[in-house]
Amino acid sequence: MSENLATVAYLGAAILFIMSLGGLSNPETSRRGNLYGMVGMALAVLATVLGPRVDLGAGLPWIVGALAIGAAIGLYAARTVQMTQMPELVALMHSLVGLAACFVGFASYVDTSIVYEGAEKAIHEVEIYIGILIGAVTFSGSVIAFGKLSGKISGKPLLLPARHWLNLLALLVVIWLGVQFVAAPSIEAGMTPLLIMTVIALLFGIHMVVAIGGADMPVVVSMLNSYSGWAAAATGFMLANDLLIVTGALVGSSGAILSYIMCRAMNRNFVSVIAGGFGTTGGTTPAAASGAQPAGEVTSVSASETAEMLRSARSVIIIPGYGMAVAQAQHTVYEITKLLREKGVNVRFAIHPVAGRMPGHMNVLLAEAKVPYDIVLEMDEINDDFPGTDVSIVIGANDIVNPAAEDDPTSPIAGMPVLQVWKSKTSIVMKRSMASGYAGVDNPLFVKDNNRMLFGDAKKMLDEVLVALKS
Amino acid sequence: MPLTIGVLRETFAGEKRVAAAPEVVEKLLKLGFGVRVESGAGEAANFSDAAFTAAGASIAASASELLATSDIVFKVRAPSTQEVAAMRPGTTLISFIWPAQNPELMKQMAERRLTVLAMDSVPRISRAQKMDALSSMANIAGYRAVIEAAHHFGRFFTGQITAAGKVPPAKVFVIGAGVAGLAALGAAVGLGAIVRANDTRPEVGDQVKSMGAEFVPVDYQEEGSGVGGYAKVMSEGFQKAQRDVFAKQAKDVDIIITTALIPGKPAPKLITADMVRSMRPGSVIVDLASEQGGNCELTAPGEVVVREGVTIIGYTDLPSRLSKQASTLYATNLLRLTEELCKTKDGNINVNFEDEAIRGATVIKEGGVTWPPPPPRLSAAPPQAKAAAATAPAAAKKSSHGHGGGGEPMSGQSLAGVFAVGAALFWLTGAYAPASFLGHFTVFVLACFIGYMVIWNVTPSLHTPLMSVTNAISSIIAVGAIVQVAPPLREGVTDRPDALILGLAVAALALTAINMFGGFAVTRRMLAMFRK
Repeated sequence: MSENLATVAYLGAAILFIMSLGGLSNPETSRRGNLYGMVGMALAVLATVLGPRVDLGAGLPWIVGALAIGAAIGLYAARTVQMTQMPELVALMHSLVGLAACFVGFASYVDTSIVYEGAEKAIHEVEIYIGILIGAVTFSGSVIAFGKLSGKISGKPLLLPARHWLNLLALLVVIWLGVQFVAAPSIEAGMTPLLIMTVIALLFGIHMVVAIGGADMPVVVSMLNSYSGWAAAATGFMLANDLLIVTGALVGSSGAILSYIMCRAMNRNFVSVIAGGFGTTGGTTPAAASGAQPAGEVTSVSASETAEMLRSARSVIIIPGYGMAVAQAQHTVYEITKLLREKGVNVRFAIHPVAGRMPGHMNVLLAEAKVPYDIVLEMDEINDDFPGTDVSIVIGANDIVNPAAEDDPTSPIAGMPVLQVWKSKTSIVMKRSMASGYAGVDNPLFVKDNNRMLFGDAKKMLDEVLVALKS
Repeated sequence: MPLTIGVLRETFAGEKRVAAAPEVVEKLLKLGFGVRVESGAGEAANFSDAAFTAAGASIAASASELLATSDIVFKVRAPSTQEVAAMRPGTTLISFIWPAQNPELMKQMAERRLTVLAMDSVPRISRAQKMDALSSMANIAGYRAVIEAAHHFGRFFTGQITAAGKVPPAKVFVIGAGVAGLAALGAAVGLGAIVRANDTRPEVGDQVKSMGAEFVPVDYQEEGSGVGGYAKVMSEGFQKAQRDVFAKQAKDVDIIITTALIPGKPAPKLITADMVRSMRPGSVIVDLASEQGGNCELTAPGEVVVREGVTIIGYTDLPSRLSKQASTLYATNLLRLTEELCKTKDGNINVNFEDEAIRGATVIKEGGVTWPPPPPRLSAAPPQAKAAAATAPAAAKKSSHGHGGGGEPMSGQSLAGVFAVGAALFWLTGAYAPASFLGHFTVFVLACFIGYMVIWNVTPSLHTPLMSVTNAISSIIAVGAIVQVAPPLREGVTDRPDALILGLAVAALALTAINMFGGFAVTRRMLAMFRK
């Protein structure tokens, strides 16, 4: 296959990737979209393997072998992963992209077969440097994110003293090393700053994600998604390959937009999320919050009373949160939904953009439990419907239904858009205890007159509700 | 030393309510108070002395014995002169007082050195809703108004098709959509009637609709909201437009329930004798404002009269007619107020004037008259704030889906700034970068824009599949690895570390292959689950 044919094949692959992402605008077309992606990928790989840059005789066994090993592992993981573990899997996969970008960068640097001169040489080396930098940050950051999501590392933000200064120092050192690297007379001389920079980048990735708390994970996961794209784009510049650049840019902007959506859903600034910690910025001192301590009494109910309320309701909205994922309660939720719908109750689901640990997490869990997607609604679609709703059930969510975000300007989460469950006639909050949510903010919803608390493990309680509903 | 709460039997003629219920007594005991109830206090509300004893209260044989041993007195109606005289100096009294209407009583209580909290003076702020007895009584009155109307109305409320013929549904018109009006709406809708409502405050229209009733506006531009969410007196032009609306409704409906009250003023006369005359014989008017003179010209306060064939109900004791419910709710309001007074839960009270709700309710403190309270901090501001809040989510809604990211357009200044920075960057790139880089750079920037456009169209429910598919696609790095595995080398290249590059490239390829296959497969698995 000639150079030109390969280029045209790459163009086709790029178009297929764009169509693949475009297909996700709707669940109807999404399956075809995924197929476009696969075809595009196959086209790109084949065009490369058969293209002028690969010596088939020497390379084919290696390429086929590596692909086969990777494919086996990937397909096994894809088949066995639980839907509740999707965030972990995605984080882990981001780390692989980052690591691969590093490897390709190093390989490209030590490759003497392609020689550049003058400005081109400098630019090529800068590209390598940036590619490895992004790749390393993505890799170590994703590994930590994986650890946090799977519970192997504590979800609490770890805040080193003077961490902003540490980050700034790291940045300055990296720039200085970059200058040394580009100025290096030989590959051996350049290797030292490159390796030191890689280590710093790895540490920086760890430091960055360790400082971020559990509920900010949707932002982090989408941000790493974005980084893995930029890493691919940087690799594309390095290898002068437009397909990599286009694909990297697509993925990069996708992740960036997701991060932006997540930040907006929490009414937080992207920089402050990445800077880590919660409530460390000005204006959110606990003293200010204590002035609006929710006063009043919590009214708790039993599972059978909950079933009774559901039975007499005409419309019900269910608000799932991370607690539902932890308790693996989505199947029971669906059983209850099915039963109620058979009785003619209008049951719908309200999904807050940051419910769960990654964007769209709740939708996937509900889809797994066979909940039809047309009754699963976004916050903006359903928020106006709460006043006409008889019962809203909050399963394992807290901050996303906190009325203080709207009522109390001194609250740390003030201004965050929330699901207005308190406007429904009755709301039931399922929770293990009265502990406050991730943001550490008291939730005045719990003591509202029309709110009831159902304490206990979400799965166990919902099972009891289901039994009571069936009887 | 824990204080003792005394619950008096109501002596006002026809008053059946009582200021305590057994379940509330239990909670008061938990707060550390002792509770004494006058014998027979709960009889008219179906609470026996035995029920109070079982809840942990002690019974006092007479009012004088009770008052001699109580530190805090709970009542429904304002106390009589004799009752005040029998109270010990320093006693705290909590009941309805209506200080504006009862200056003599206020004077006597102040002389007696009492501390008095008036349940009618609890400010209308969200935090104090749980102790707002006016609202809970109005709720009962609204419900009972519909029941009374149904009792005097000779037909079904709900429409039916029966073997004996068709029954049209009753039409109910409610004037004033406050707490009582909304309760009446709800009850009438529940009975199956066609319900309409009118209010001078246009913002309650949505509440009316949410109850399943129709809102009948007065077509005249004037804002009817006064301080603290109450209505105010309207202009002459508005009143004329309003009368036209009511006259039209009177001809059409079977039942009118009026709840229009303006604080500190006699009730506005909204239903004229002419309108009553225009109603169908057998129609019913329930006038919830009869205690303040009535909204209907023909209302006789406290009585049921038939005028021009229309039954006009002017009962002033509707809550008392649902005595058990009214007593339970009123007692709960008292409990909530007591909780605020007794934050320490040790059976002692602190009349804390820093607390806006308690400050508002307290009309006499240790013999000094503290009524009227300073005006509430919130006034006409909320509607505007609400409007602003309403527009903000709308803006967010617009940007959440479809093209265009930011909520609001950037200001001209910052837009110019962005363009300036962009132009500078582009100029630098153009000035120094070689041609080969520029080609790639063009592709990169355009691809970013395509990505931006495409991703905003992705539905939020598919964000997880989006991440896994972009993940799979980013394994395109495999292409970079493949070209490094075994490139056809130019002549004369001898110092290439082939083994090292091969190792790195193969490792990278294997890693990306995991992503490539795993990513697409898991996306496929997920998408297959999304179904209608």
